[in-house]
Amino acid sequence: MQSTAHDFKENVGTALSDPNLQDSLAKLKVGFSERRRQAAERLPEFEVLRDRARDIKNHALANLDFYLEEFERKVTALGGHVHWAPTAADARRIIGDLCKSAGARTVAKSKSMVAEEIALNEHLEQLGIAPIETDLGEYIIQLRHEPPSHIIAPAVHLTKDQVADTFHEHHAPLGFTRRLTERNDLVAEARYVLRQKFLEADVGLTGANFLVAETGSSMLVTNEGNADLSNTLPKMHIVLASIEKVIPTLEDAAVLLRVLARSATGQESSAYTTLNTGPKRSGDLDGPSQYHVVLLDNGRSAVLGTEMQDMLRCIRCGACMNHCPVYGAIGGHAYGWVYPGPIGAVLTPQLIGMEEAGDLPNASTFCGRCESVCPVRIPLPGLMRHWREREFERHLTPRPVRQGLALWSFLVRRPKLYRRVTQLANRLLAMFGRAEGRYHTLPLAGGWTRFRDFPAPPAGGTFHAQWARHGGARIRP
Amino acid sequence: MVTDVSASTSHHSAPPRRVALFVTCLVDLFRPAVGFAAVKLLEEAGCTVEVPPLQVCCGQPAYNSGDRVSARAIAAQVIAAFEGFEAVVVPSGSCGGMLAHHYPSLFDDDPAMKAKAENLAGRSHELMSFLVDVLGVDKVSASYRGIATYHDSCSGLRELGIKAQPRQLLESVEGLRISEMKTPEVCCGFGGTFCVKYPEISNAMVSEKTADIVSTGADTLLAGDLGCLMNMAGKLQREGSRIQVRHVAEVLADMGDIAPIGEPEGKR
Amino acid sequence: MSETANGGARTQILNGIRHSLRRGALQGAARQAAEQRLATPPRGPAVARAQLPQPEKVALFCQWAEANNATVARVTAAEVPAEVAAYLTRNNLPATAVMAPAAQLDGYDWSGQKMLALRRGRAEGTDQVSITGAFAGIAETGTLVMASGPDHPVSLNLLPDTHIVVLREGDIVGGYEDVWERLRARYGKNGMPRTVNTITGPSRTGDIEQAMELGAHGPRRMHILVVRD
Repeated sequence: MQSTAHDFKENVGTALSDPNLQDSLAKLKVGFSERRRQAAERLPEFEVLRDRARDIKNHALANLDFYLEEFERKVTALGGHVHWAPTAADARRIIGDLCKSAGARTVAKSKSMVAEEIALNEHLEQLGIAPIETDLGEYIIQLRHEPPSHIIAPAVHLTKDQVADTFHEHHAPLGFTRRLTERNDLVAEARYVLRQKFLEADVGLTGANFLVAETGSSMLVTNEGNADLSNTLPKMHIVLASIEKVIPTLEDAAVLLRVLARSATGQESSAYTTLNTGPKRSGDLDGPSQYHVVLLDNGRSAVLGTEMQDMLRCIRCGACMNHCPVYGAIGGHAYGWVYPGPIGAVLTPQLIGMEEAGDLPNASTFCGRCESVCPVRIPLPGLMRHWREREFERHLTPRPVRQGLALWSFLVRRPKLYRRVTQLANRLLAMFGRAEGRYHTLPLAGGWTRFRDFPAPPAGGTFHAQWARHGGARIRP
Repeated sequence: MVTDVSASTSHHSAPPRRVALFVTCLVDLFRPAVGFAAVKLLEEAGCTVEVPPLQVCCGQPAYNSGDRVSARAIAAQVIAAFEGFEAVVVPSGSCGGMLAHHYPSLFDDDPAMKAKAENLAGRSHELMSFLVDVLGVDKVSASYRGIATYHDSCSGLRELGIKAQPRQLLESVEGLRISEMKTPEVCCGFGGTFCVKYPEISNAMVSEKTADIVSTGADTLLAGDLGCLMNMAGKLQREGSRIQVRHVAEVLADMGDIAPIGEPEGKR
Repeated sequence: MSETANGGARTQILNGIRHSLRRGALQGAARQAAEQRLATPPRGPAVARAQLPQPEKVALFCQWAEANNATVARVTAAEVPAEVAAYLTRNNLPATAVMAPAAQLDGYDWSGQKMLALRRGRAEGTDQVSITGAFAGIAETGTLVMASGPDHPVSLNLLPDTHIVVLREGDIVGGYEDVWERLRARYGKNGMPRTVNTITGPSRTGDIEQAMELGAHGPRRMHILVVRD
């Protein structure tokens, strides 16, 4: 998809003035975090499982080539095909060719962030193939021509009324002329419409939560069952997955599953966790006759062995954005590309460049709530700081910020000069703020005083001036 | 309770400790009372307090802006200024976290400096944590009439585990009652330079915070970090709120009668 | 796309990984460790609630299945057909179902249910009710495990509105790891079935305002008959 990450500040303005979005975010902020907390409390082993989950992903990344080759060997042995795609363009071409070879007119798609990353839908449409999003949230935003705003809840930015309007508009030509108002009716109508599309689809395309090297299985976690219809009804099943999804064994998957659903939605378990291994076997009464796995790199292999490697542990649960106060204020679209929230602030500069996405790792208070809930313990604030360091080294930091920092740093490194300058500043601020105790406007602090008052220091000088004046004795100011 | 016994034992039997106060640049410039409150609390707990003159700032503005070179230079300066003290006490979770967690990572390529940074990290303590966890202080002699709500500043909470300590000490303040926010652990939107780089987001965050504060019915807001306090005080005052904003150390040191943050002196 | 093009891409990715990890292809002790891990997979930290005596596992399974919006009936083998018929009646559902062509299910005596019309095979889009067995049940989360094969078409788990599952008590295990061991024992190390569905309650979605709604794409209703050994 086309990035608008470079317009981050404008996107923020739009998001903050969108009342529907703000309503939706108010629900998200309370719901997801409270459910995750309860789920974690119900499982006494949750914290040790997080440690193990981190270790499993670290081990898989350190041996990534080996496990990918093992995975390929197992898939091939069971009659499936593995395709290697170094770039997004390679993956688009491979999938397009597979769909053409199947004579596909429609592709039933289960939600895949990697498919968003490579802009697959646009490519298929250019080939005259209709991609049908079947996850309810993805379906809603596909009808509205919007990108997802959350990695597990793509339509979380919309209210029920907006969904009702969207269905009313798009389903009326199919004979559903009544505008619905109840959630269960909306779900039932989408189920009916999409069921027809499932039955007609020539290809089912899914992502993967994990690829299990031991068995050659792709593992997919959903609540709706749409991924399972996608991998069972059409005659061809294509799995699109990025290379860091591979893990060694089913036992490792068990650990990761225990932290995934709880971190994501606060469920004990998602409704459907499915292992797909190859095409239908002789005697099977259903299932696809062709099974393909497309392994996408798209810059990930270059992250290995760098200070940024930890980002590859991500299992895409969304907990970081569910707990992020910045995401909670502006929602996912403001981030301007596929992956929003803290993980987006770390991944996006890697995938589309710091020049394009420079704001994202800067737009954080480093409050650390994301890291405190990450099931694989990714040090997200630390990774954002690394991006800021790279930005600073490459002189991409905005000039006023650089100049301010340089002046400040010059002073801080000269304590005696610093004392003289700050004592003067302290006195001036105290003197002019004496009457009210605070400022409504202040030169050079417009970013602050636009929204809040600035407290004036009390008379009497800086702490160090008072301390020196009293000879280091304890005093009451 | 066993923990109480051991805590008070260490409190009474420990010899006077020579501790250094890291004042922090914001306290120095905008709220000297926090520094004096910290000194008072430490002395009452049996410490001898010194304020090394060559300290300025911990370097977070540079560190968090990606200016690693300046951050390292400033860290080296702080490390030198605080050499030789048994403990370094900081009335701020974020500056305390900088010393205790981030300094060593600045010197990954310089083993000698890294060792010094780790040595300082091991001696550095946030004020509340030092009083309760290290000195075993379990009560203070102070009084304050009112209902307060306590904001858990992010770095203190998540990097240093400051949560129960200030609440435990506040419980012993005569006349004070605590009324908790719905989400005391959610960031107030300060974030150092963040609040001026992304003022609209920061404003949305602090507005939500002040709504939570107001809904507690408290007349006083307390926290352990001056940056957060200035942010929340400034927003409350812009909104016309009469809620008084103070650093937790001031109330614990029985200095609750000075003018609150952002209010004129001599008028209460 | 030619095989050589794919081969080039494969080499490019694998070499990219090795270059970043500053090594060649995995060898020596590291390779042995990875091979060993695949041969004898180490288990993660044990989850205490999955380590129970069998009767308590069964109870825990039922408890979690119900917590996940399934309904559970504990019956004897002889009671299975009558409970299926009674469930359909209770819920005003048609007395017509598509059933997995499995020996386990055919082993029950359906002759007493004259009104119940059973078809054996895979599910079509029009089927309202399906009846299947289950490879296993997981006590830890109330999860059913379905292994695909000629006797268990996957579509039965997904297409009908109502899914009735007949699960033998003896097939209820503690956690996922116990299922993996049973899969390896049943299918061999290199022979996973095409699909293993682990299913926890009916299909659901939270995509509209995060409120949970049942029956997004798969069954709206899941009824589990837990059969005493």
